[in-house]
Amino acid sequence: MVTMVTAMHMSDGLVNAPTSLVFGAVAVVGLVLCLVRARADLDERTAPMAGLVTAFVFAVQMINFPILPGASGHLLGGALVAILVGPWVGTVCIAIVLLVQALLFADGGLTALGTNITNMALIGVFTGYGVALLLRRFARRSRGGLVATAFVAAFVNTVVASLGFVLEYAIGGSGGASLGTVFVLMVGLHALIGIGEGVITAATVGAVAAVRPDLVYLLRGTATPLVRKSAPSTPTTGGAA
Amino acid sequence: MNRRRGFLLGFLVVALLVAGGLSYVASSSPDGLDTVALHGCQVTGTGSGEQLDGTCIAQNAGEHATAHSPLAGYSVLGGEGTVGIAGVVGVLVTLALAGGLFWLLRRRTPTRSAERGDD
Repeated sequence: MVTMVTAMHMSDGLVNAPTSLVFGAVAVVGLVLCLVRARADLDERTAPMAGLVTAFVFAVQMINFPILPGASGHLLGGALVAILVGPWVGTVCIAIVLLVQALLFADGGLTALGTNITNMALIGVFTGYGVALLLRRFARRSRGGLVATAFVAAFVNTVVASLGFVLEYAIGGSGGASLGTVFVLMVGLHALIGIGEGVITAATVGAVAAVRPDLVYLLRGTATPLVRKSAPSTPTTGGAA
Repeated sequence: MNRRRGFLLGFLVVALLVAGGLSYVASSSPDGLDTVALHGCQVTGTGSGEQLDGTCIAQNAGEHATAHSPLAGYSVLGGEGTVGIAGVVGVLVTLALAGGLFWLLRRRTPTRSAERGDD
């Protein structure tokens, strides 16, 4: 039994202490900003949803799916949370997942929390949100458009988040592999993982939009999000995506 | 049960089923980052963990500061077949932390949902 198989995020020691410190500061500043901005997106309706989305991301991150013989991937969740609860709340969601994983499950180093939060929370969420915003008109037109947007945003967030590690390794990597090798392997593997991330994100967003389109952040502001809801108790039409 | 509660409860049940059940069939191969970190090394399982022969990034990884947590490695006290229990605990802890924080941060001004008569 190899103990490392259940570790999913950066361990301590993969980058040097100054680099860990710098990205720790980036993570703190980014999170404080997100917490301040998150307030505007949280009310009695969206706060419980955001809590559940966080718990859901924790659960799904446990499910490693095979991508190549001997290699697996798991959800990062950036686009998923960005589309469902918005980028500010979403970044906090992912950071909480990473905190729980590091403190309780010994997954992801404590000194690596800054780099992990920078990559998966800040970079992952805002990349996913950026792509979703670019495709928003398309996403708001139909549930198919929303699901396709979720897939693309999730794929891109996975690959770009993996570049975060490449950047950190370039700045202060502790060695063991050349930067070129790290770049090619990270991007190549995360392009494959991104397909899985896209499928999970598309399925989840599609399912939420099928029953509660009013809880999908990306659809906010549309008068009748995807399906017409004349009264809150009226069952919505259509099945899961 | 109103629709809102029904949806949220359903969402929680899905998360619990994923963490408590689906986790048993998750791949045990290293993930993308670990695959890169282990590139160049031969991994040999030993009684106390693993041995890395060759040159790879993972050789620089230190022992985890919370490696002795009762839930370390998504198991309960290292027990075989406890990943589902660890997962359920993780989901509930995450929900409590995140839900609590977001509930405290929420705007208290009347909103559309309050007018709509949701709880």
